[in-house]
Amino acid sequence: MADDAAHEDGAPAEETEAVADAPAAPETMHGALVTERRGQKVLHVAREDLPTLVRTLRDEDGFLMCLDVTAVDYLMHQGDRGLPEGVTPERFEVVVHLMSHARRERLRIRVQIPESDPTCPTLFQVHPGTEAMEREVYDMFGIAFDGHPDLTRILMPEDWEGHPLRKDYAVGTIPVQFKAPQDAR
Amino acid sequence: MSTTEHPLVQTSEGAQEMAPRSSADAEEILRELGATLRMSEAEAADLVEEGPSEDQTMIINMGPQHPSTHGVLRLMLELEGESVLRTKPVIGYLHTGMEKTGENLTYLQGPTNVTRMDYASPLFTELAFSMTTERLLGIDEDIPERAQWIRMLLTEVNRITSHLLFLATNGMDIGAVSMMLYGWRDREEGLRVLESITGLRMNHNFIRPGGVAADLPDGWRDTVLRFLDALPESLEEYDVLLTGQPIYRERLQGVGIITPEEAIALGATGPILRSTGIPWDLRRDMPYLRYDEVDFDVVVGTYGDCFDRYAIRLNEVRESIRIVRQILEKMPKGDYRIQDKKVTPPPRARIDESMEALIHHFKIFTEGFKVPEGEAYCAVESPRGELGCYIVSDGSSKPYRMHVRGPSFVNLQTLPHMMRGGLIADAVAVISSVDPIMGEVDR
Repeated sequence: MADDAAHEDGAPAEETEAVADAPAAPETMHGALVTERRGQKVLHVAREDLPTLVRTLRDEDGFLMCLDVTAVDYLMHQGDRGLPEGVTPERFEVVVHLMSHARRERLRIRVQIPESDPTCPTLFQVHPGTEAMEREVYDMFGIAFDGHPDLTRILMPEDWEGHPLRKDYAVGTIPVQFKAPQDAR
Repeated sequence: MSTTEHPLVQTSEGAQEMAPRSSADAEEILRELGATLRMSEAEAADLVEEGPSEDQTMIINMGPQHPSTHGVLRLMLELEGESVLRTKPVIGYLHTGMEKTGENLTYLQGPTNVTRMDYASPLFTELAFSMTTERLLGIDEDIPERAQWIRMLLTEVNRITSHLLFLATNGMDIGAVSMMLYGWRDREEGLRVLESITGLRMNHNFIRPGGVAADLPDGWRDTVLRFLDALPESLEEYDVLLTGQPIYRERLQGVGIITPEEAIALGATGPILRSTGIPWDLRRDMPYLRYDEVDFDVVVGTYGDCFDRYAIRLNEVRESIRIVRQILEKMPKGDYRIQDKKVTPPPRARIDESMEALIHHFKIFTEGFKVPEGEAYCAVESPRGELGCYIVSDGSSKPYRMHVRGPSFVNLQTLPHMMRGGLIADAVAVISSVDPIMGEVDR
């Protein structure tokens, strides 16, 4: 796919250098661990470093657009989560997708968020377009974004209890809100 | 800071989520003026000193039951006289929890669910979902050529119908009601083409992981050609009816302007981004399917106004016609779905003669196929912009997490920036030019 093609262009030179230097050292980008899943580049970063990393990527590497902010609740996930060594798996994960138009490349950032303190710094100051997406994550997962200008529910009613996309939120039935007519003709 | 700290504005419908202007702090005013996007720090500092204005403003709700909000979109508009200051889109009226539903459906059932998101261009969501599943299965390179070209054919016809729907509703919103009838008429012809191939006018569930649901029917080429041959004449008609018409131009030109910097900062994609002059189209820049083998132009605008967005969509219909004509020429022979026993049910004829085939068929449709652990994001260029699908798999036959990045959802955030300073009468034109599909916004 296009992502792969973009990798191949720049890859050979970098690879040889890395092999010559230290073959065992994990690849990093601006201090964030780099892994690859299904041919797509993933960065892993601690949550407090997220805004700085995204800002650096925007200013230095041309990742000008934040395509998507979403989250995953790994509560019931039994298998391999694809995290590199040195990253502690937590219950929640905020997933950010960035786009570089010049390099024709997408980048995914995965941030671990502990269950005991589900907060994450906002990206609003770096990419104002994350406003609605962060609200959606807050609404669906209950992850609060520190510094977000208007952190309210976006899809669910304001008085809704619980966060529907959490794995411990049951898919249940909702009470029927309408009744049959009183006097059946 | 959240709005709940302030006394909320009282209207006849009770308290609303917008704080009164007198209690809006300097930071909020700056955001409203676009300080994060387009203002120098010096300018911003001056405004902080000024503080919130004491002018009398009025907050009204437009929608959710307004004919030109394209569904159930509610806009809270703060008006000063007739001009719009702050706008806040309030969404969620059509939220049905499709991402949660997707976690309880197998990968084969998935397209049935996602196809109902963007109901004006359902095939694109199916395509994004299928491509992501295939990426996870590791079979994305093995999908048969014919399946890829059938997918291209269908999505391009779908792009035409979706843009025709836009032209129809845009005309209607502006007051050119005859355009609505023309647009609807021509869109119906496109839907007939899709119906003859997929069996359904909308919500096709035709593009599935592994290929498409069925081969093209006999005579498909004539059906498509009839549609293509009739279209250019209609497009000329639209040009007479709308493009060259002074009243229509007057309503759209210079209205709802967005700059390239704003569009990028806000994550806008599709015609909104292209209207600002940025030539970005995933079909050309990050080609998927076989878009690198067809020849077409990316249409861009100059001013980023409503007229540019209209003209881009109109001309993208022409480009799509060009693409479909090339697809007709290049459509290869072969299989319409991958012959991978893990993913593909056995052919119908085999079921009559082989017990194993029957069991296999049964297993695939009840249990589904297992997808290896991992996560992937694949995106396609839908008529509204980058439509991405992010799936996390835990090795079972259902997605552990299925997220769709709906372009309408993100594009909706450009509304406050396009509307600010404009007239309330232009609000309708601006909403229409963003072309949001609420099914995709709320999911």
